[in-house]
Formats: sequence, C-alpha cells, structure tokens
Amino acid sequence: MARAVSTRRMAVATIAAWIVALIIFFPILYTIITSLKSEPEAIQGFNLIPSFTLESYVTVQTQRDYFKPFMNSVVLSVGSTLLALLVAVPAAWSMAFSPTNRTKDILMWMLSTKMMPAVAVLVPIYLIFRDTGLLDTRLGLTIMLTLINLPIVVWMLYTYFREIPGEILEAARMDGATLWGEIVYVLAPMAVPGIASTMLLNIILAWNEAFWTIRLTTTNAAPLTAFIASFSSPQGLFWAKLSAASTLAIAPILIMGWFSQKQLVRGLTFGAVK
Amino acid sequence: MGKIILRNVNKSFGATQVIPGIDLTIEDGEFVVFVGPSGCGKSTLLRLIAGLEDTTSGTIEIDGRDVTKAAPAKRGLAMVFQSYALYPHMTVKNNIAFPLKMAKVSPDVIEKKVTEAARVLNLTNYLERRPGQLSGGQRQRVAIGRAIVREPSAFLFDEPLSNLDAALRGTMRLEISELHQQLKTTMIYVTHDQVEAMTMADKIVVLNAGNIEQVGSPLDLYNKPDNLFVAGFIGSPRMNFVKGKAAEPYRAPTVGIRPEHLRLSTESGTWRGVVGVAEHLGSDTFLHVNVEDVGMVTVRAGGDFAVTHGDTVYLTPDENRIHRFDDKGLAIR
Repeated sequence: MARAVSTRRMAVATIAAWIVALIIFFPILYTIITSLKSEPEAIQGFNLIPSFTLESYVTVQTQRDYFKPFMNSVVLSVGSTLLALLVAVPAAWSMAFSPTNRTKDILMWMLSTKMMPAVAVLVPIYLIFRDTGLLDTRLGLTIMLTLINLPIVVWMLYTYFREIPGEILEAARMDGATLWGEIVYVLAPMAVPGIASTMLLNIILAWNEAFWTIRLTTTNAAPLTAFIASFSSPQGLFWAKLSAASTLAIAPILIMGWFSQKQLVRGLTFGAVK
Repeated sequence: MGKIILRNVNKSFGATQVIPGIDLTIEDGEFVVFVGPSGCGKSTLLRLIAGLEDTTSGTIEIDGRDVTKAAPAKRGLAMVFQSYALYPHMTVKNNIAFPLKMAKVSPDVIEKKVTEAARVLNLTNYLERRPGQLSGGQRQRVAIGRAIVREPSAFLFDEPLSNLDAALRGTMRLEISELHQQLKTTMIYVTHDQVEAMTMADKIVVLNAGNIEQVGSPLDLYNKPDNLFVAGFIGSPRMNFVKGKAAEPYRAPTVGIRPEHLRLSTESGTWRGVVGVAEHLGSDTFLHVNVEDVGMVTVRAGGDFAVTHGDTVYLTPDENRIHRFDDKGLAIR
C-alpha cells in the first residue's frame, strides 16, 4: 500500500496511539504507583506522585512469603501447559491432517465449553475435588487448569497445523522419509513456532487464572492470584499492600510477555493475515 | 529402467468413482503426458502411481514388480509438485540433499551429487538460500533438483508449470524437455494445457471423467482423433464442429474441421459468412465467422489478412482434412 502520509498526520496518529496505550496500561501503572505509597497516602485519594517508600513490599514479604505462591504459579502454569500440549498436539494433529466428517463439530463442541459460566460447575467440581483429596493440591489445580485451557490450545494448534501444506508432507514421503523422519525433519521444524506461541499464551492464561485457583486452594497450592486476593480480607483493605502484592504477582508474566511479544502477536494473528 | 504398467486400476472416494478402471502401459524412457480438463482424474491417476493414494482395485507394476501396496518411497519414483512443496526451513542445498539423507547416503556422495544437480540446474549460486528467497522458476528448479538426485526410475510431474507466468512457462517447458533428452528417464507429466502436452510428449493420454479417451503421439491425436472429445481438446484454437444440414454433404452426423484447414476467400467458397471478432496475433489472424446454417466458425488466416468486423467472407473446408463422427461421437474412418 503506497500511500503518502504527511508528517502532521503521522504525528497526530502517534500521539493518539500513545494516549490509547496509556489508557490501557494505566490500571497497571497506577497499581505500581500505589504500591510505592505509604498506607495513609494510598487511602487519601487519587494521587500520581508516591513517596517512593518500599515499606509495603517489606510488609508483604514479612507477613506472607512471596516465594511459595510464586513457585506454585510457576508449577501450575508450566505444568498445566505441558500437560495440555501433551494432549493437544496429537489431537490437533489428527484433526488437521486426517479430518473426518465430525472434526468441525468436535472443535465447535470444545469451544462451546468455554462459553459456559464457570460458576455453573463450581459446586460439582468442588465436591469432586474434596472427595478425591485434590483440594489445595498442586496436582489437582494443574489438572483443572489443563482442562480449562485445553480447548484454546487445541484450537490454536489446529489452526497452526492447518497452515502446513499437505503437499510438503507428501513430498517428504516421496523423498523416502519414514514417519519418524517426516516428523523430525519436516513437521517439527515447521510446527515449532506455532507450538511455542501456543505455549507462551497458555502459560499467561494459566498464570492469570483466578476463579478456580482462588476457590480450590487455601494455603498449600495457592498461586499468586490467591496471594493477591488474601490481602483484601479480613483485616480490611490495605491498598498499598494489595498493590505491592499485585505488582509482585504480575511482574514475572509482564516481563515474560515483553520479551516474547513478537512470538505472541505472530501466534495470535497466524492464519488470519497472510 | 522405468516401465510402468497399470492393470484395471480403479479408484473411488467413498461412493464417488473417480477412475473407473484404466489399463495403460508406459514404456521405459518415454515422456508421457496426462492431459484433460480439470476434474478428469489425471492428478489422481498420477498420485495412484506415486503411491500417495491407494488403489481401490487393480494393480500397478513398475519394472515387473507389483507395487500396488508399496509405500511411495519404495517405488523408486520422484515427484515434482505444482506448489513445488519445498521444505521452507531448509536451504536449497538441504532441500536437494534431503532424499539422499533419508536414503542414508554418505555425506561426501551427497555433496557431490548436490553440486552436480545444482550445476545442471543453474542453482550453484543459490545453494545457501532458503526457498522463500527464490523466484518461482528457481523454486521449480530446486524441486526438480530434489527429484534428480534420487536417480529415480521415473519422474512424476503434477502440473509443475501452472504457477509460473507465461514467459517462464515457455522456458521451463524447454528445460524439462532438455532434461528428458539428457536423462532418458521415464517421465509422466500431468497438465490441463494441451500446448504443453503437444510440445513435450512422446505419448499423450487424453483423460475425461476418469476414462482414457485416446492414447497416442501428439500428431496422431491431432490428425486422427478417435472421438469428439479428443478432437475438441487437442488443437488450438479448438476444432469447429458442424452438425445437421451443413454436415450432410459429408455423409456424417457431425463433421469437424480445424481452423487451419479452412480456405478463406473474399470472393467465393462453400460457406458464406460474416466476420465477427478478428484476433490479430501478428503471425496469424483468427477470425470468428458467423456462417448461416453452420454457426460460429473459427478460421486461421495469415497475419496480414485484411478484414474487419462485418465483412463478408467465403470458407471452403479442405476435403482431405475433414474429420467425420457418428451419432455416438466416434470417428468414422
């Protein structure tokens, strides 16, 4: 598209983009600012200039150990992602490369489970977890997160695999590649970018998942989402501490997202833009 | 060696029969072209020979060996695909080397063969590039290179030139013909383009709705088409078909006359007509003439034949070059 864009228009567009970006980012920014205030400052009202005290961070770390929920978050998000890939790669594979008449229906059915409100199944799942002893265990929560995100993982991988032209696989077969050779030399190198961005997205989704992680844990398996929530009760709201806890909780995933943004954008728009 | 024999080969997809039963012998070293309109089953037939599709019934023999149930790689064939089907993550060198690597050939032999193939195909300067950095013609040459290094008993081409522009298609056509002269290996080439078929083939197989309509040399098909389908498909522009009253003097229900076998005059002739569109190509002029009782007739005239829309002209069919067909559309000889 060769279109002359004047410098002025360019400047206006750039400023507009920055404003939109700032509006979107503002809640996170304000959380960080608030975390750097003292507790009295924080309840005083809207104020963009903190006193840059780290007392909230110190209190958060001494009151409750940050490391334990952090490790839980890592184990749950990475664990559930690996587990989901283990199931989803073969599933998406067979649906992309040897579809049947029912493949579309199965894909739609899987997606439809994401449309159901989670609260609707809270009681039965809670009871199952209680009776099987999975409540407040890393294993239980990993399984839960795997199942929640599985439809999205299958869908993403499916759209990726669909992009791999069948003729290339046939060419490999003609060239004498065994099934194993086909997978190792041709399919895997072509599928790895797709699997990688699916993995990244799923780790983020699992990291941020709050509904089930808060409800199915108390202390042992509680990840960072539950860690944040624990600061809102029962002693009342402590804005600065809550903000400090939130900042600590989102920092790892923000950093990871920053470094992998190129992969992520590519992953999410893959197939849509050619 | 690459003699391929199909015996009553039959292919159905579910309830749809694509190929109802074909018998065909392809001699060693022959350049055979499968030609036909889209959906006629020519690609399916090629894929059956390649082993990429399973036959529903019938047998396929290569050099006396029954390969009907053999895996594609075990048939000793190499295939060039329409989309080139290069491995996008490998360099040109690794693409060409891939079949050798799969066959566990030693690295120094691979190096030698790849270098030789690259030289033949003018790819020496591109060996370290990836397919994405090449033009369409270069990609096609890489695909051919990948096929050559295997030294297959036959090459299979599935519409290899249809993604190229017209000029490049002409060049690649010559290159493939040249390659066949050099290697003298059996080649089976699928196309819907009858010009490619006529110019490249030793033997053309005309397919229609999964059936073989006729097998023969390009000139056989041109001079002695067995039926209306072959007569209409081979030759460009298409053969004119005349039916009813106008065909009666020639003692046949349908008569076919090629545009180049009609004599054109502005004074007198068998048929009188009015010129519609005149296509001036420089070397030739193709006139579309509306003849009373006959219909639209295409005529080939010399490049400098001065005539315009609305002029009256006279056409006389060359009696010796007339093709006569019976009620069923079969040639009367």
